[in-house]
Amino acid sequence: MSMTVSTESATGVVSTGPNGAISASGPETKTQIKPYTMNFGPQHPAAHGVLRLVMELNGEVVERCDPHIGLLHRGTEKLIEYKTYIQAVPYFDRLDYVSPMCMEHAYVLGIENLLQIKAPLRAQYIRVLFSEITRILNHILSITTGALDVGAITPALWGFEEREILMEFYERVSGARLHANYFRPGGVAWDIPDGLLDDIWAFTERFPKFMDDLESLLTENRIFKQRTVDIGIVTKEQALDWAFTGPMLRGSGVAWDLRKSQPYEVYDRMEFDVPVGLTGDCWARYLVRMEEMKQSLRIIRQCCKEMPAGPYKIEDRKVSPPPRGEMKRSMEALIHHFKLFTEGFHVPAGETYTAIEAPKGEFGVYLVSDGTNKPYRCKIRAPGFAHLQGLDFMSKGHMLADAVANIASMDIVFGEIDR
Amino acid sequence: MSEQALKELGDVIAAKIGGDVLKVEVRLGELMVTVKRPAILAVLTALRDDPATRFEQLTDITAVDYPDRAERFEVVYQLLSYTHNRRMRVKLATDEDTPVPSAVAVFSAANWFEREVWDLFGIFFENHPDLRRILTDYGFEGHPFRKDFPLTGYVEARYDEDQKRVIYEPVRLTQDFRAFDFLSPWEGMTNVMLPGDEKAALQDGSKKP
Repeated sequence: MSMTVSTESATGVVSTGPNGAISASGPETKTQIKPYTMNFGPQHPAAHGVLRLVMELNGEVVERCDPHIGLLHRGTEKLIEYKTYIQAVPYFDRLDYVSPMCMEHAYVLGIENLLQIKAPLRAQYIRVLFSEITRILNHILSITTGALDVGAITPALWGFEEREILMEFYERVSGARLHANYFRPGGVAWDIPDGLLDDIWAFTERFPKFMDDLESLLTENRIFKQRTVDIGIVTKEQALDWAFTGPMLRGSGVAWDLRKSQPYEVYDRMEFDVPVGLTGDCWARYLVRMEEMKQSLRIIRQCCKEMPAGPYKIEDRKVSPPPRGEMKRSMEALIHHFKLFTEGFHVPAGETYTAIEAPKGEFGVYLVSDGTNKPYRCKIRAPGFAHLQGLDFMSKGHMLADAVANIASMDIVFGEIDR
Repeated sequence: MSEQALKELGDVIAAKIGGDVLKVEVRLGELMVTVKRPAILAVLTALRDDPATRFEQLTDITAVDYPDRAERFEVVYQLLSYTHNRRMRVKLATDEDTPVPSAVAVFSAANWFEREVWDLFGIFFENHPDLRRILTDYGFEGHPFRKDFPLTGYVEARYDEDQKRVIYEPVRLTQDFRAFDFLSPWEGMTNVMLPGDEKAALQDGSKKP
């Protein structure tokens, strides 16, 4: 990054800067700075993926910032139109790859709404449990890499250790650390293995210590506060106008959480608080995320305690496949299995917009069914997409380095933005 | 939110907006209002500012392509009211050539949402401040989410060693694209007369072969 500065003396000699900026001649001495257009990314460690920013800088002050996205566009929505409803689930893991199960959650809830079925209670508890594990998983990454962007490296090193423990829970329940493909319309793919709840409980006892360590590193850290306080202030009106959701909205003082206001699954049985920021700056959003992790921990504990016995997916064989053992003995089960994994199930014609409180904000799926076994249209509403378009007004008048802090506080993941 | 309350809200909206509402539906516990295309800005403004509705946030704009219809595209606006804790959908119909008034003046968030719909469906938005492509590559041709755009696309990219740059070539599939028709034969046969079917029709007495 550089800028063009040309000075001229009282004698009226015109000097030319390295970029050919010529200042107007005049009798008095003045300094003229030419706005500079700078390319940021698409390969940049602070861009959280493949973000290309075309920035207009006046010196080091951002005047305009135009995010160019789509470098990770895979046409997920189009691909889903060509897959049966169950085959499309793994695509959702690959949207926001930092919080895979929450993405699946919105999709399966959408299908269940179209089919007018409800998952059994145990499945709902398992889903909520893993949604909250996912929230912690996501916020650890968001906060620690955000801290990395503003100069602190230790939180990232510590945080990734904790994430690995959480991803082990993912692996034990689904077989995969990251792309779980675990939620199904009508329940979850498999029951949770023996002993997992005890281990998750043990984790909830250990984790507050890590939170304390993290807080002592960051919350009142002088450098961290210098980089985040009063940076990227979003007012309540702006947040609503720009379709901000999740911590971006709560950081600006709007007490809104879909888990509370439009509870899905068993969230209405859970006791937890919704943290709200006061100042709407990067620091407030950081504080909101920290508190959300603590609240998630509370929900996880309640889930572990109250986990009911019973089936983990719906018993309707037209929607969920029979167990393997039954297939060996029952012709009916074999036929159901074959039909489900070739043709899939048919979903009655209709449309639904189903939204969940994903760690990054409101993640919604607009599903249009035409009565066949494939979605006619599946629009994915990604929270990051709306947040990123606010980068321009958030960064205007800030320094270049503060734009990086803004990106970090938005919790950008390109899988979901580019889709 | 009960169906009844949503129906009442729908009636309130229909009464407020009057002649611009074409249809009010409540399906699966969700309210959908279809409006005339030129009225969309007035409708969105009214829904946002009216104390009875207060839909303060435009959650999303998307489109659905129905190639068989006279106006093939359906543009869908998802709205959310924080005051009343309600959601609703506003829909309108358009085709390839007819522009839709841009909602950017009402909701700033509409900017990128409309750019995305323009990019993927080729629906033009009038008075949009910056209607560029957003998700597809620089210099991309066509609108990929239309139903008549093939899933594989028309071009593929590769790095050319001679020209020392990434070039585009017509897409070449080593194996034909396989689109299985998994629809059950019984459902696919509902409107077909097979040999012998006419006898059933005769017994019925309604139709002669």
